[in-house]
Amino acid sequence: MSRILEEARDRFLALAGEAPPAGGLALLREVGLEAFAEQGLPDTKQEEWRYTRLTPLAEIAWTNAPAAIGVKQSSLEAAAEPVFGCEPVVFVDGRHRAGLPGGAGAGEVAALAESAEAPALLGTLAEARSHPFVGLNGALCQDGARVTLRGEAPCLVHLVFAEATEAAASHPRVLIEAAPGSRGTVIVDHVSLEETTHLANAVLEVEVGANASLDLVVLQRQGKRSFHAGHVAGRVERDGRLRTHTLTLGGAFVRNDLVVTLVGEGAECAMKGLYLGTGEELIDNHTWIDHSVPQCRSDELYKGVLAGRSQGVFRGRVVVRPDAQKTEAQQSNPNLLLSDDAEIDSKPQLEIYADDVKCSHGSAIGRLDPEALFYLRSRGIDVDEARALLTRGFAGEVLAALPEPTLAEAVGALFSERLERAGESP
Amino acid sequence: MLEIKNLHARAGDALILKGIDLSIGAGEVHAIMGPNGSGKSTLAGVLSGRPSFEVTEGSVLYRGEDLLAMEPEDRARAGIFQAFQYPVEIPGVTNNYFLKASLNAIRTARGEDELDAMDFLSVVREKMKIVEMPKDLMGRSINEGFSGGEKKRNEVLQMLLLEPSFMVLDETDSGLDIDALRVVANGVNHLRSPERSMLVITHYQRLLDYIVPDVVHVLSEGRIVRSGGKELALELEEKGYGWIEGAAAP
Repeated sequence: MSRILEEARDRFLALAGEAPPAGGLALLREVGLEAFAEQGLPDTKQEEWRYTRLTPLAEIAWTNAPAAIGVKQSSLEAAAEPVFGCEPVVFVDGRHRAGLPGGAGAGEVAALAESAEAPALLGTLAEARSHPFVGLNGALCQDGARVTLRGEAPCLVHLVFAEATEAAASHPRVLIEAAPGSRGTVIVDHVSLEETTHLANAVLEVEVGANASLDLVVLQRQGKRSFHAGHVAGRVERDGRLRTHTLTLGGAFVRNDLVVTLVGEGAECAMKGLYLGTGEELIDNHTWIDHSVPQCRSDELYKGVLAGRSQGVFRGRVVVRPDAQKTEAQQSNPNLLLSDDAEIDSKPQLEIYADDVKCSHGSAIGRLDPEALFYLRSRGIDVDEARALLTRGFAGEVLAALPEPTLAEAVGALFSERLERAGESP
Repeated sequence: MLEIKNLHARAGDALILKGIDLSIGAGEVHAIMGPNGSGKSTLAGVLSGRPSFEVTEGSVLYRGEDLLAMEPEDRARAGIFQAFQYPVEIPGVTNNYFLKASLNAIRTARGEDELDAMDFLSVVREKMKIVEMPKDLMGRSINEGFSGGEKKRNEVLQMLLLEPSFMVLDETDSGLDIDALRVVANGVNHLRSPERSMLVITHYQRLLDYIVPDVVHVLSEGRIVRSGGKELALELEEKGYGWIEGAAAP
């Protein structure tokens, strides 16, 4: 580990010592601290971090966000606008913000720090030692949410994690339990209240019960100085369905890890991802789908749009265990490079230990089709608009998989707006 | 309306147009016929501004302006429209969204107000009837999974919507059965007026039974080797292109 990474680790350890106690989260904190102290921050010699240098993150003197933050009510309300059809539950710098409307009509949502039993359930799916940022999250977690979906009526839950304090790091933990037979959508929405340098290090533990169906939407729409580490650890029981939608619209540094294990026969996982890199952004998606029993299906589609000098990393691992006969697994990672200086490192990785399976994977890197561009222009559409339309069209396949059409529209509009604002629709 | 002088153009290293002279007045319909490889599609591409062709010599004036200096979108806004032989498929962009963006870009250029979604819908429905276009094609991605005939109908639908002044039809008849041909030709004929001109490029005489030209030109090896009235097309049909090529030889 380089000196800079060591110093950063020590700073985080010191922050854990200074952080105020968070009630029932004491055990999570203790286990996390121990794991993080051992692991520290990984360098690029580790295969999982080969293309993703943590030095820029390590160079910032992160602080603990203050418990009570003076935030303008108006900017909070703007960030937490219920565009997705339900009142959001709002967290600021990782802590639940009381006094805002929230949770009405949604599934059951409880703030972790205020919940008596939830903390004991944490850390089973996302183990502290499984990943350096999971350990770090545990060590510094102040709050988060427990979301429970029950019954057959579809639930919609919208959690907003708003960033407010300059140079603060927040470490929210979310536990989502879809009870057997339940169905619903949970949106985890990361947003900056103002342009700040902030680290959001979120860990989501997701349990999808038998016959349950869950859409998990992780929307990253922070500012261009934000750092984001997101970890999703999911488990899907018999005939359950988990569909993840990881939508990264920007941030100086984004690293997403999704690990989903299919543990019951007939379980399904669809992983969709869309990432947009502009400027000098780095967006790294690591996914891992683990087929451990027979008759499960997984379908993964991650689409990347990289402009400016941005860098994308995709590593998609699909493991089919010896017992997992009759597995069907597909994976695809098409990328659109909008400039000569943008970069993508894509590595699909299929590890198959069973013999009766149907698996495929592929990645592609391309540019906007000049024929399509000419076609649109020949109908009077401005060249910049034509490029934007084609780029949006490329992203459309991922957006179309979102559970609510209004959500697809809202995210599509954000996507186009970000691309336009970057002025890098070339 | 359109004045082509000594036009030379190439695609890559190959010189394809070797000196075209052609003058098309307002309201006139000219047909260009010729064997494969004679330069018909290159001529169409040069007029609409396809980037893969390079003009090496000559000029094209459209309503007195230098057409070759204009970007493709500016040509469209000035009233030029090419119906493509092979319309491209564009996944992820709906036909409906595209046609509305296109029409509003053209309307803005003409100094007219943009149409809102409702007004656009009523205009487009009316035009769809003319080309007997199935309704579900509007919600689909542009040309994606369209049959050959549906793609050509979509081209003519765009033409009807945009109401251009100068139209280039590049082998619009290729791949159409006789019923589809009649529908497409009917759509084109809707636009015939004393203010509009057309350049109809075709390999076969058949299309010209429906879209009757004022003048027929025969293109061979990048030059117009013969021009005449509509009866020239019939003569070609009867005698084949070998007749013209033989006649053009020294």
